Order: sequence, then structure tokens, then C-alpha cells
Amino acid sequence: MKVRFLSAGDRALVVEFGDRVDRRMSERVLCLDAIIRSNPPAGIVETVPTFRSLAVYYDPLLTSRGELQRAIAPLLDLGDNRRAGARLWHVPVCYEGEFAPDLAEVARLAGLTPDEVVALHSGTRFHVYMLGFLPGFPYMGDLPPQLALPRRADPRLRVPAGSISIATSLTAIYPYESPGGWHLIGATPIRMFDPERPRPALFAPGDAVSFQPIDAAAFASIRLAIETRSYEVESAPVGL
Amino acid sequence: MTPGLKILSPGLHTTVQDLGRFGYQNIGVPVSGALDGFGLRLANALVGNPQGAAAVEILVSGPVLEIAADSARLALVGTGASLDIRGQKARVVAAGQSVTVQRGDIVQIAPGCQSACCYLAVEGGIPVPHVLGSASTYVRAALGGLNGRALQPEDLVPLAIACSPERTELRAPSPSPAPADQPTRVVLGPQQNYFRTEALATLLDAEFRVSNDTDRMGMRLDGPVLRHRGGWDIVSDAIATGSIQVPGSGQAIVLLADHQTTGGYPKIATVISADLPKLGRCRPGDPLRFVSVELEAAEEMCREAEREFAKLVGALKPALSEIELDIGSLYGENLISGVTTGFE
Repeated sequence: MKVRFLSAGDRALVVEFGDRVDRRMSERVLCLDAIIRSNPPAGIVETVPTFRSLAVYYDPLLTSRGELQRAIAPLLDLGDNRRAGARLWHVPVCYEGEFAPDLAEVARLAGLTPDEVVALHSGTRFHVYMLGFLPGFPYMGDLPPQLALPRRADPRLRVPAGSISIATSLTAIYPYESPGGWHLIGATPIRMFDPERPRPALFAPGDAVSFQPIDAAAFASIRLAIETRSYEVESAPVGL
Repeated sequence: MTPGLKILSPGLHTTVQDLGRFGYQNIGVPVSGALDGFGLRLANALVGNPQGAAAVEILVSGPVLEIAADSARLALVGTGASLDIRGQKARVVAAGQSVTVQRGDIVQIAPGCQSACCYLAVEGGIPVPHVLGSASTYVRAALGGLNGRALQPEDLVPLAIACSPERTELRAPSPSPAPADQPTRVVLGPQQNYFRTEALATLLDAEFRVSNDTDRMGMRLDGPVLRHRGGWDIVSDAIATGSIQVPGSGQAIVLLADHQTTGGYPKIATVISADLPKLGRCRPGDPLRFVSVELEAAEEMCREAEREFAKLVGALKPALSEIELDIGSLYGENLISGVTTGFE
């Protein structure tokens, strides 16, 4: 699909690569983001990568859409540029009891046992497509096709912080209590967002994530360790 | 003791804001900041602060505060707003000029009924800790401001200086009244092709009204339905401030300072940045009409608005006397809007 340049008002140029959730498209978005961040044209305020586009926010007092488009268009052909700095995160998840209020229903809808749902979810390495909705909220994919379900017909007013959720082809973690319509199949004790950390959001777009089942006792002890700041989520650098 | 403004009554939704938190939308952190950036900047200019300093944003109903500093130079900016000062020298001072108040003075802020928001700046600024580079309050994630939330009774909003230096007060020239039915300017898109041709025509022809369902995140509009061509789910992409998104109901929502960074509804148009402050001042019930402009024109309007604002700040004059208001008419006005309740 041809790349399109769109305006979202007079302060945002949207570089749109397509209209699907797609790993290759995501890589193109993230590569362009990395290239622009490494050497930003004058007047750029910030960039926001999403599934299928990169929003480039700018200051019209310092530049213009026309100027930016001329600066960015040639960067699209750099193609093979590799992103650096991505990490693989191992996230502890309790898929049991009160932590997983929708697990039984998800299993029923998918025609699987709850254990099979957990095995599929924790056996998949996910790609962080983007962050949005709330500070630190990661949109991750892709789910095994058996687990792809529409959102719940009746959204909850209160989804607890730390909930592990699935909907469509994606999985996510709620960093804060909030309303939400995704299916809740587990919970993690880790803190997804903390403005005091040098890297406030735990994940960055382009990171990889895998989930490790833990029991309720381990959940409690990790939560305690987090409160005393003696716990760090396991992670490692990842090559593409 | 830390100098400050002691909150006796907080008003409906009073928060510390600056011009916003930039550079973290890629990790899901909204920009936040003043709904009316020009208002905040002018208030700061009147007390001699850098224009982007943290100030108090007041929505719809005003707080009552006690001056807990030897003296403090204040400036309120908001059309029709005023400061009702009780103390040794009781007076009502119109918005748009600086005024110095003394320890123990009680100040009630009357936002009036012409603007949804007004801004109170204090000389020296409000030294709340910056979170991710900004003092702006984002309540949903408890970021910034005073403990990440709206002001509450008994809060002490800290002040950087305990005693305002003696000098002449400043006054802004009265703004030339804007023509009444000036439409709000938009750039179409980025997803205008998700809508039927009639929907685009309706957006630009019809009159909408700001609904009661309005907060710092967004403004829901009452008015004709804007019909989609097909589905109304898009693969989520970034949302700019001023985006007019249309969910399945066809009822438009204009996204404001605290809007989420990304979303999955098509956006039919985006309000130009020069008109965002005006939009932020709209109150529930206010009529809104839209007119479409080309992108290059919108960028030029942004620059023009900035030049106009620089002229306004350049034209601040010494206030030879405080403009005192006709108290009878002020309370008459407040009675109608139901804003002032139970002070004294």
C-alpha cells in the first residue's frame, strides 16, 4: 500500500502506511520513528507510533507540513534500517481465581479448557505495537487465532490495575483502574507506569513480551517486593 | 511557613496547569495543560512571570482562597470574570489586570458566565514539582499539579515568593469584542473519507451545541447525526487536540487537553490550533458552527494568532486604578448563572 501523508489539524502530520494490524507495517512505522528520533527535522515536537501510522507533531511557528513532508519523504526509502534498543520482557501473570474473572468464559467461547487458554497465552511471544489509551497501556499482538474474540458486549466500569486482557487479535495490560471492554484472563503485580522511573512506561513500542504463569502466593510476594522496590521485571535485549 | 494560597472552597474543578506535557504521548501520556493557553499566558504576563509558568485553571465555578503569604500579586484572566477581595481593603477587581493582596485577605473568584475557564496567575509562580517536564495536572493518572488531583478544601497551593515587590500593577487592553457568530475553523480529516458526503455538508452547515457531557478530555456536541459511509471502527491511530471524532452514534466529540493519545473512531475534522483557546472557553449550551479552511491557511492563522497575542502582551499598560465593578450587576449576573453559592 502506498504511504499517505495526512493532516490532523495544523500541528500533526500523519504518515500512514495502511489500515491493518500487521507486523511488517508496524516495523515500517517503528523504523521511521527511530530514524526521525535519531535526527529530528527542525520544528518537531514529538512523534507517536501507532499500528499503522506515525503521527509527527510539529510547531507551525517553526516549520510547516510542506517542509516536514519534504524532509520525511526521503526517509521512507531507507528501508533496511534496524531498530536498536528493543527488549524482551518476562511478565509474571496469575491466571487463577479472582485474578481471571473472564477465563472460564473465554475458554468456553474458544472451545478450549482454561488450562489450554493459559498455555496458548503464556506460550506466545508478543510484539508491542503501540502504547495509548492510558499512560503505559501496551497494545500487544498477535494472539493465537483461537483466542481472537470480539470485545465484551457489556464493558466494565472498573477494570482493576494490572489486569491482563484480550480482545480481537490483541492482548493488553491495564496500568490503572479504568473502564474497559476487554476480557480479563489474569493479572500481573508489576507496575506498568511510574513517572519516577527513568523510563516511566515499562514497555516501549517495538519491545517483545512473554507471560509467565505464577500462583496467587507468588503474586502476593512479588507485589510486596515491588512496594519495597526490591523487584525488577526480568528482561533482556532482543535482536530483530 | 511555606507561602501559599489556602483553599477554603475549591470550586467545581480547579487544577494547576501550564502549557502541557510534551514528549510522552508515545507512551500514552496525554498533553494536558490549559484549555485556553492564551488565557494562561496572559495571566502570567500580567504578573511578570514567564508566559508558560504554572497557574490555576478554574472551570465554571470559582474557588474561595485565603492569602497565606505576606503579600501576593495576582492576575485573573477570563471574559467576564472577577476577583472579589475581602479584607482590610475590600474590592471587586475585574479580570485582565494585576492586583496585590495581603496576608489574610479572602479572595473569591467569580468566573462570570461568559467563559468556561479562567486563569489565576501569581507572581513568582506555583512551585509544584514538575512531573515528566510539566506542572500540568492529569487527574486520571494522578500526574502533576498538587498531588495529581483537583484542588480540595484545606489544600495549600504553594507560592514561590512570600512577598510581592512593590510596583505598578498592569492591565491588558480590553480585547476587541469578537463578532458574535464567528464559526470555529477546522481542517477536514484525517478520516473524512469514512463519512458520507452529507455528513461533511452537515458538519459545515449545521449548528451544534456544547452538551453538558463535557470535561477536560472532550466536549460532546448536541446536534445532527454525522453518518459514516460504512463502519465506524478504525485501526487505532493518534489523536490530535481539537480532533472531532465520531463514534457509532454519529454524535461528534471534540477532543480537548486531557484526551487520550490514540483512539479507534474516525475523525472527520480537526479544529485549528488558533481556535483551540476559544473552544476551551465554550460553556455547555453554547452554539458552535464549523467552517473548513485549507491546511496552509490554518498554519498561517496559527502564526497570525501568535503575532496578535504578542501585540496584546506588548500593549500591557500600567493600571492607574483598579477597575472596580458595579457589585450589584455582578451579583445579578451570578444569580442568573447560579455560579455563586453561599459565600459568607
